Parts: sequence; C-alpha cells; structure tokens
Amino acid sequence: MADSPSNPARRRFLTGAATAVGAVGVGFAAVPFLSSFQPSAKAQAAGAPVDVNVGKLAPGQMTTVAWRGKPVYVVHRTERMLETLPEVTDKLRDPDSAVESQQPAFATNLYRAREENQQFLVIVGLCTHLGCAPTYRPEVAPEDLGEDWKGGFFCPCHGSKFDLSGRVYKGVPAPTNLEVPQYTYVSEQVIRVGGTEEEAA
Amino acid sequence: MIRLTFFLFLIGLLAAPNAKAAGSSYPLKDAEVDLGDEASLFRGAQTFMQSCSTCHSAKMMRFGRIGEDLGLTDEQLAMLMPSETSKPGDTIQTRMPEDYANKTFGIVPPDLTLVARVRGGDWLYTYLTTFYEDPDALWGVNNAVFPGVGMPHVMAAQQGLLQPVYETRGEGEDARQVLVDLESPERPGTMSEEEFEQEMRDLTAFMVYMAEPAALLRAHYGPYVLAFLFLFTLIMYLLKKEYWRDIKH
Amino acid sequence: MIKSLGKWVDDRLPVSHFWNAHLAKYYVPHNFNFWYYFGSLLLVVFVLQIVTGIWLTMSYKPSAENAFASVEYIMRDVEWGWLLRYLHSTGASFFFIAVYLHIFRGMMYGSYKKPRELIWIFGVLILLVLMAEAFMGYLLPWGQMSYWGAQVIISLFTSIPVIGPDLAQWIRGDFVVSDATLNRFFALHVIALPLVLLFLIGGHIMALHEVGSNNPDGVDIKEKKDEHGKPVDGIPFHPYYTVKDLFGLGVFMFIFAVVLFYWPDGGGLFLEHPNFTPADPLKTPEHIAPVWYFAPHYAILRAVPDKFLGVVAMTVAILILFVLPWLDRNRTRSIRYRSTAFKVNLFAFAAAFIGLGYLGTQPPTPLGTLSAQLLSAVYFGFFIALFFISRRERTKPVPERLQ
Repeated sequence: MADSPSNPARRRFLTGAATAVGAVGVGFAAVPFLSSFQPSAKAQAAGAPVDVNVGKLAPGQMTTVAWRGKPVYVVHRTERMLETLPEVTDKLRDPDSAVESQQPAFATNLYRAREENQQFLVIVGLCTHLGCAPTYRPEVAPEDLGEDWKGGFFCPCHGSKFDLSGRVYKGVPAPTNLEVPQYTYVSEQVIRVGGTEEEAA
Repeated sequence: MIRLTFFLFLIGLLAAPNAKAAGSSYPLKDAEVDLGDEASLFRGAQTFMQSCSTCHSAKMMRFGRIGEDLGLTDEQLAMLMPSETSKPGDTIQTRMPEDYANKTFGIVPPDLTLVARVRGGDWLYTYLTTFYEDPDALWGVNNAVFPGVGMPHVMAAQQGLLQPVYETRGEGEDARQVLVDLESPERPGTMSEEEFEQEMRDLTAFMVYMAEPAALLRAHYGPYVLAFLFLFTLIMYLLKKEYWRDIKH
Repeated sequence: MIKSLGKWVDDRLPVSHFWNAHLAKYYVPHNFNFWYYFGSLLLVVFVLQIVTGIWLTMSYKPSAENAFASVEYIMRDVEWGWLLRYLHSTGASFFFIAVYLHIFRGMMYGSYKKPRELIWIFGVLILLVLMAEAFMGYLLPWGQMSYWGAQVIISLFTSIPVIGPDLAQWIRGDFVVSDATLNRFFALHVIALPLVLLFLIGGHIMALHEVGSNNPDGVDIKEKKDEHGKPVDGIPFHPYYTVKDLFGLGVFMFIFAVVLFYWPDGGGLFLEHPNFTPADPLKTPEHIAPVWYFAPHYAILRAVPDKFLGVVAMTVAILILFVLPWLDRNRTRSIRYRSTAFKVNLFAFAAAFIGLGYLGTQPPTPLGTLSAQLLSAVYFGFFIALFFISRRERTKPVPERLQ
C-alpha cells in the first residue's frame, strides 16, 4: 500500500518531469485557441488598402472613406488654410507631432502630410479621446466655437478640438493628435490608404 | 485472444471502403498527387486560372493564401490574378456572368473550391483525361467516369478527341454497350500525351490543395504534435510504473 | 500564507472533503485492466467537445444561407480554425468509439448488476442524449449529408400512428428541413443538450462513487476491509489511477492526433465526402449513409421491411439496454466466471453490432438486407438468450478477493 516510496528522488524527478511536460502541452494547446481570436483572413482582406481618387476633391472639401472599418478623412486644404497652421501653434498640446505613434515618419511636419502633396491631409477620423468621429469644421470663427477658431475638427462627444492638421488643442479631453494612417500616392490623383512603406517605395 | 479478435473486427470496420457515388465502372487512374511539390501546384493554379475559371468560380479560395502556401513571389502571384486591380485578399470568381451561363449551359457551372473533397483526386484526374468523342452527346463529347456530362471538352485542342472502344455485355434484351477503353485521337492535339497528362496531374494536385489548404498545415504540424505526445506518454508510463511499485499484491 | 488561504477557503467550501471523497481517499480495486480507461477518457473528450464547440460557435453562422460557407470560413480564414473544427469532428467519432467500448466493458464485467443498476441507467440515458446531440450537430455544416440525413431521420417520426406527420413537422418547424430546423438544432446542440449531458454525467459519477467501482473479477472489494476500514483490495484513486489514466490519455491522444493530422475525414466515415457539397433541398445524393456511429441502428431500421416496425425495432434496440440489469438473472458479475454460453452470446452480440455497423454504411443490396436481418436477429437474440441462459447458468466459483 501507499507506504514511503522506495526511491523518493526518482519519484520526485518523474513527477516534476510529468508536470513540466504537461504544462508545456497545455501551453501549446492554448495557442490555437488564443490565435483564433486574431482577425481572420476575411477580416484582413476587408482591411486591405483602399484607394481614394482626389482628382475631383475641390480645395476646402473633405471626403470620407472606410478603411478597416474606420472612417478616414481626406481633406484638400486651401492655401489659406495651410497659412493658419503656424498661427495656432502655441495653443496646441503637441504642435510638432512629437508623439510618434500618431503618424508615420513622413508626416512629422507642420502639415502632417507627405511634403510633395502637403495640401492633402489624410487622417483617421476617430477622436483620440474615446473614439467618436469628429466633425469637419472648416469655417473661421463660427458662433459656437468662438472667434479664435481657424477651422479644424471638433468632436461632438466631449468637445475635443483639433486644427486643420489634426493636431489637438490644449485643455480638451483628447490626449494626442489625430492619427495619420500609412498612405502612398499610387498616381498624381490616387491615394492608397493602408499598405506598408515598402509598397510605397 | 478474444480481445484481439474484437480489435480485428474494429479495424476491419474502419478500413471498409466507404461506398462512393456510383454511376460508372470505368477504373480510376492514380493522380499521384504530391502536395509537397510547390512547382506542380503553381502550374496547376495557372491552368485553373486560364482554363477553369472562365466558367467556374472557386469562391472560398483567396489568391493571397495560394501565394503564401506555395511560396510565390509577387510577380508569380500577379500571374495568377485576373487583373491589375485584383487584390491578394480576393477570392477566385468566374469571368462568366450567370445569365450567360444559364442561357448557354442551362445551368450555372458549379463552384469548384471543394470538388476534390467530394470526388477525390483520382476521380478528378480520370475525369479530366477521359473525355471522348460521342456524336450523340450534347457537346459532342462524353466522359468515362461522368456519363452524360454537361461540360464541353475544354482541352480538346490540347488533347485531341479520344476515341471510345465499346464492348457488348449481356445478352438478348439485357445487351448493352459498355465503354471499355479509350484510344488515341485521330487528329493529335497540340500537346503530347505525356504533356497533357502532366498538366492534368498538376491541375488535379492544385484542386486537391484548394479543397483543403489546411492539409499543408496538418502535414507541417503533425510530426511535432506526435513527437510531443510520444514524450508525454513515455513520461506518464514511467511515472505510473514508479507509483505502482507501491502496490504489492 | 497559501496554506492559511487554503484553510480559509476550506472552512467555507468543502474542497478538501471533495478531494478526499472522490480522489485521494476514494478506494478503487487495484486490478483495472485496459477496458477501464474509457470512463476517464470520455470525461476528457466531453470537455474537449465543449471547449472546441464554444470556439466554433464564435465563427459559425446558424442560418441556411451562411452555415456551409461559415464552416469553410473556419477551415480556411480563421487562424487555426481547421484544427478547432477537426478536433470537434474527430472528437465526435472518438466520443462514440470510447462510449461503445465503455458500454461493452460494462456488459463483460456485469457492471450493470446490483447495486449498480442506476449507474447503468444514467449511462443509457447519456447514450441517448449523446446520440441526439451528435445527430443535431451533424446538421450544422449544412452539407448534402447533413441535410438529407436529417430529412430521413426526422421522417422516421412520421411513421408513428396518428400524430406522426404533425410531430415531424413540429420538430422541423417547416414543411421540410429548413433554416428554422437548423436554427433550433443549433440552440439544442450548443446549449440544451450539453447541459442535460452535464447533469447526467454528474449523476452517473455520483452514483458510481456511492457504491464504488466494479472490476474485472466482479468481486466486491467493500466486503473485505482492514482494521482502518479501508478495503484490502482497494487503492486510492489518486495518485495511482490518476497517473495510470494520464498514461492512458497519452496513448488515446496519440491515436487521436494520428487521425486528426493524417486522416481527418476517416476515409469518409468521420466526415462524409458528399457533405462538402452545400445542402440542396431539390437533389438527394445517390447514396445516403449515416455517420458510422449510427450505422448499426440504421441497418436494423432498414432490415425491417415495414416502415413503422422498422422504427420500433431501431428504438427498441437502444431502449432494451435499460432493462439489461433485470434481463440478466445471474448474480455472477464478471465474464471470467460465467458459462461458455454467456461468452458466446456476448461476443455474437458484439460481432452483430459491428457487422450491422458495416452494413449500415453500405448501399442496400438484397444480400446486405438479408445479412442485416440475420444480424438484427442476433442483436435482439442476445437479450432473449441472456434471459434464459442466466436463469440456471453454471458459473465458476467467484474468489473472495481479487486475483
């Protein structure tokens, strides 16, 4: 019967080995179950890069496309709009786009856009506060937003404000600038939202 | 002994061939499918895109998956995709509109993604290589394993038209013509017999792959899982032995 | 620290009591053989089916329009979805393999006899619910076999006099098997029947642990106890049978993995080939065969030339198991000490079951039907013969202790 084992060391070793192998087995077995939560090939196909034709987008206008189910705003900024950007700098939380996660390297500039096409702003239209879609408010000094408003984006949920480069103002709930997605110019007039930097090259 | 007999019964039951769709007694040829041969699968994919997808879709197969599984370069993948605007996430759609199909064939040609799982590779390969001339049939051709087939012989130009050899079976009222063999075409096709058979083998291999892309993953992970389970079982055996030393009866 | 936390919990929840009562101080005979692995294996397979089932419902769509495509979506697009699906489909077949061997074990060693009748009855109930569970699950892929298999089985109900046709329509919720049928089968398959199974399995094990396990000798180990009140031929389940069952689990999983990775459709027995064609209510496949685990019952059904009587025969073939404890009038449990007549009878039964299983997967032929009739007679004959054999059976003397 269950008396003391004749070789306790051997028993301890085997028990330890069995526990270890069992734990490894459970660990490996968990991988398929956890991985299956990842976006499926179908979701990834639906999240493939999206092409936007900006040839007919008049200066001052904005268009919205869906990319990975998110709204992406494409704004054709006028010369005058671009001129307002340096004017609001001191009211912004992150005027130089120092937070790297919010734009690809090529957009770390005043226009938060590709240098060669700086009039076109491409941003993910989701407020960095809690994910509402901000409204495009290009008009200068409207009644509800006050005299200092030079045009930008206003989030109706909690009142966050962004300028015409999607940079966040100080003193609003949103912590960071609106996100600029990865994008490339397939041709003069077609922007491809998504994809990778290698494809752009 | 009794235990052994019982297991033999069980194994016999499992090994019993499952009845397949009847319809023809023509012997099936061995397709020699090798899912590890990526070059063959790629050639088969090209044939599928050129010849099959004109009329048939394979709506569950994504181009990107083919590229990944067969290790294709972007250029090779582009060769498979129907147009420049195709994306890797797209599935294989047919180029033939449904009403046109209904008018011409009286039916929309079936989706082919899973056909290899329904019929099996050998059947597909035999089907693809045994169209033969039959003036009474709708498209002037019939098929050894699919009598009364509703599909024209798409590869007639390449293979030529095989000639049937009939034999009379049964007597009196039961007498009927049975297809026993197929002979070389009167006018040879643009491909030699070997070339054509190779092309159909490749196509069959691709369709077997397409019906279950996971087969490649199964083959990849299988040995690791079995090795691990062997180790696990071995350790458990030793552990059991060790503990059961206590039991003296 | 951990010890005091353990005590805190234990004062409020009978954890250590449960551990001792069912594992560490639960005494079982020391002579379990090969046949005794399947009980614990079944528990593991049950958990496997529940877990993989939960994961499959995350991507499966229970509608006539999307079901077929969603299964292929799992097989192709969902990461590792193919493994989850094959685990579940192969698991279903292995569930039945283990169940049938487990039942046969009970019949060989007389585990259904007093005082274990209730364990047996729970077991037969589990078999019945498991069959319903498997049948409903088989409709979900919405392939040709799913559809026509369900059509045929539900149509069996129409043979019941008077209420039959209305009953079948009530089960389907439509005039044919349809979206409504699929949707309700899904609900029953993923929630209702697994819950019922869980309760029945609980009852099965509770009843077992109340009276204790039988063994290949059929000797009651509780008869002989030592000075501490422990059965002299008993050993604690834990650690001895935990390690032994883990070894058994390793062997089982190895075989399971061989099938899963190299033969997942079981040559058309585990996943039937025509089921890779989407359900078409206008076209029946050339040959409808049930999945292998229903094949013996299906063969009995086809063997009887009358529709209603065929259904009756098939139903009785399962229900008769309920009364087995009372058909067998001999008090000797194990086959080891029973007469040759009993042995022949039992193995004829097993052979008939397997033979019927083979015939059930084949297209009907005159010879096949004749064989099925013969084997059905052997199947039912077993119970009748047992009733008479067991009355004045010449058994060998049963030892007082385990051999």
